Amino acid sequence: MMRATDLVLVLAMLLNFLVLGSSRLSAGIRAVALQGASLSLLPLLLHDGGAPTIHLMALGLGMLGLKGMLFPWLLFRAIREASMRREMQPLIGFTASLVAGILAAAVAFRVSTRLPLPSAPVSSFLIPTALTTILVSFIVLVSRTKALTQVLGYLMLENGIFLFGLVFAREMPLLIELGILLDLFVGVFVMGIVVFHIHREFDHIDTVHLTTLKG
Amino acid sequence: MTLLFGALILLVGSGMAALLLGRWPSVSKTVGVGGAVIGCLVGLVPAFQTLATSVARSWHAPWQVPYGELALGLDPLTAFFLVPIFGLGLLCALYGGRYLQHYRHRPFLHVSYTWFNLLVAAMAVVVAARNALLFLVAWEVMSLASFFLVTFEDERSDVREAGWTYLIATHLGTAFLLAFFALCGRYAGSLDFDRFRQMTTLPPAIAGALFSLGIIGFGTKAGFMPFHVWLPEAHPAAPSHVSALMSGVMIKMGIYGILRALTFLGPPPAWWGWLLVVIGLTSGILGVLFALAQHDLKRLLAYSSIENIGIIALGIGIGLLGRAMGHPLISFLGFGGALLHVLNHGLFKSLLFFGAGAVAQATGTREMEHLGGLLKRMPRTAIAFLVGCAAICGLPPFNGFISEWLIYSGSFRGILAFSGREGVASLAAILGLALIGGLAAACFAKVFGVVFLGSPRTDHASQAHEVGLAMTVPMGLLATACVVIGLWPAGALQLTLPAVAFLLGMGPEGLGQPWQEVQHALTLIGSIAVALIGVILLLALLRRKALARRQARESITWGCGYAFPTARMQYTASSFAQPLLLLFKGLLRTRFAEERPAGYFPSKARIASHTPDVAKEYGFRPIAMGVVRALDSLRWLQRGRVQWYLLYIVVTLVVLLIWKLGM
Repeated sequence: MMRATDLVLVLAMLLNFLVLGSSRLSAGIRAVALQGASLSLLPLLLHDGGAPTIHLMALGLGMLGLKGMLFPWLLFRAIREASMRREMQPLIGFTASLVAGILAAAVAFRVSTRLPLPSAPVSSFLIPTALTTILVSFIVLVSRTKALTQVLGYLMLENGIFLFGLVFAREMPLLIELGILLDLFVGVFVMGIVVFHIHREFDHIDTVHLTTLKG
Repeated sequence: MTLLFGALILLVGSGMAALLLGRWPSVSKTVGVGGAVIGCLVGLVPAFQTLATSVARSWHAPWQVPYGELALGLDPLTAFFLVPIFGLGLLCALYGGRYLQHYRHRPFLHVSYTWFNLLVAAMAVVVAARNALLFLVAWEVMSLASFFLVTFEDERSDVREAGWTYLIATHLGTAFLLAFFALCGRYAGSLDFDRFRQMTTLPPAIAGALFSLGIIGFGTKAGFMPFHVWLPEAHPAAPSHVSALMSGVMIKMGIYGILRALTFLGPPPAWWGWLLVVIGLTSGILGVLFALAQHDLKRLLAYSSIENIGIIALGIGIGLLGRAMGHPLISFLGFGGALLHVLNHGLFKSLLFFGAGAVAQATGTREMEHLGGLLKRMPRTAIAFLVGCAAICGLPPFNGFISEWLIYSGSFRGILAFSGREGVASLAAILGLALIGGLAAACFAKVFGVVFLGSPRTDHASQAHEVGLAMTVPMGLLATACVVIGLWPAGALQLTLPAVAFLLGMGPEGLGQPWQEVQHALTLIGSIAVALIGVILLLALLRRKALARRQARESITWGCGYAFPTARMQYTASSFAQPLLLLFKGLLRTRFAEERPAGYFPSKARIASHTPDVAKEYGFRPIAMGVVRALDSLRWLQRGRVQWYLLYIVVTLVVLLIWKLGM
């Protein structure tokens, strides 16, 4: 069991770097989807003893369905309609963001040893992975300009928060997790529409150009 | 206590109902005005009960907010302030119902009833609150409700600007109050007023700091110079019944706050007294001077409110001097005069604002130079306004004379009893009051003479007609109240007696000795006033009799035997005030734009004068500009890109994390 948990966490950690390093949007979408899908296994893996309860199953399946299938499908549809494939002008280059990602991972590992926790986490990888995912998601949010990569960043941010939540409660209250999922769903849905409309009105989906309202 | 709750529930409930019933304007108006009238009537009962019995009551309930408690109380000071709140609230609601009919085609008119009722309820909670948090919440509701009432005609840019000025000023004041209560809470260990009153061992420096914070915070609401900047902007912008309520009652909440704060801070040192005397003199003299220089009727009345707040501050100052030096009679005269002036100013200033509103609606303008000759066209309004003018100048036999007489007499006794700085302060109070009185008389002679006497200067004035009964009746009631207090001053002062005794920290029987002395004098004043009215009536009768057998011919005013007299030959408001203003031109800094007549047959000439507020022009505007410039230099932070803002957040979070973990 512990091995499987660690495996999932390492996979999630590596996927962070894939998102940072790839210029193709489709690769980014796939990586985030895979990250979400693999994390959806964690509640089941961390459940110690006995048959998994119905709500754990529902949570895992819900996460898998939303993060692993529905979101990627929505995002793929968005890039198809906006007919764009690559992040052309990141504010920070791909190599530079990879280096930043490694720095973030280093900070995360350092911080995780000092963080006062209510109880020891299930795996020593859990907190570093959670923090790295959150920090990397911020790097994505800060350095990429396309509206679609922003959506990817927010999805990763949620993954990181979910991971961090596992530290405190092995079974996150169902309602809270469902609520977060619903928020995400609505968020992605709205962003998809926004991406589509920005494209239709302005011929691009670059958030850099959304500065005309600045005072 | 139950009746007070009933009044609050009626006011808030009817306000909300008026909001929900907005689809049916006449129903909404009936509910809003009716609820306010009934609520105010119900609320007056416990106020008078408490004043009659001097029994303090209180009510407590838990509140989830930290340090907060729903604590309300009724003591003589609260009850005294509830009288103008509910009494004038009632009349303003009646008048306002009719006044707003003028705007009946505006959308969202019903919201105005909601805010009005909320304002009255919030003021009642302000004076009844016994917990600092509850007090601040009520204070804020009061400020916001009045802000929305001021910005009633929000399609006009000058009204919006006045609203912003008011909002910023009132929040600056609240910031000082927050500091005041936080400091009180630190020394008392609780935010309950009962605990504040037990702070017996405050170090003098802390007590002084608290007093100064209170003076600035509450003084901003009251309109002490130089914190008065919002007053001359907000009052002209607001609808007249709102100006009446704000000027008559709401600014007195600042006075209430100062008096309440004094009960927390223990025995006052003498410098508090002369500080208030100085503030009172500044506000009073500058207020009336600026009033004299205005052409806008309501702006003039707003400056005159500052003047009267100055007189009230003078009274409190004399009262504090008396208390600090251990003279109960002087402090009784000072506090009694100040409290009575609170009531009196509420009466005549509401009356004058009602009159100004009636004039503005009948003529469509507030510009005094466009008016004239309204006495014949609006006789009822004119007579009520005349009573208000005479009362506000402090002339007998009206109520203003009584409160000013009390303060005068306190100051005279102060000169005899005190020496050194305190004696000088008393002397200055007398000289200042005399100057204020003289200038006020000039100012209101100008108002009444230019607006109601003479002949109409423009079509605005010549086509005016009397306003409806719902507007003249409240004016009549207020004018009657001014006369009644003037004729029966002992009764009016008796109303303030429990509150003064409470302020001096004793029971009402403790003031027996000074009260006997003053009562005697006041009865004499009352009888002289009755005699004065009798003589005037007798003279009027004689005049009528003498004229009965002759033929009297009426001619236009300022006819002067000219062949072709025109209304433009009359004194204007500016020309009437000009000689006096010339004396004080260094203070007033009036700006003139003129085109002098030139040549042997001058064809045209023009002069326009404008007196901007000195404190605003040379004090607040530069400061505000400096703040704007300083903040402008932070403009580079606003990049307009979501990425930058996220970066700020990340950097902050990471720095906090690392700092907190001590790495």
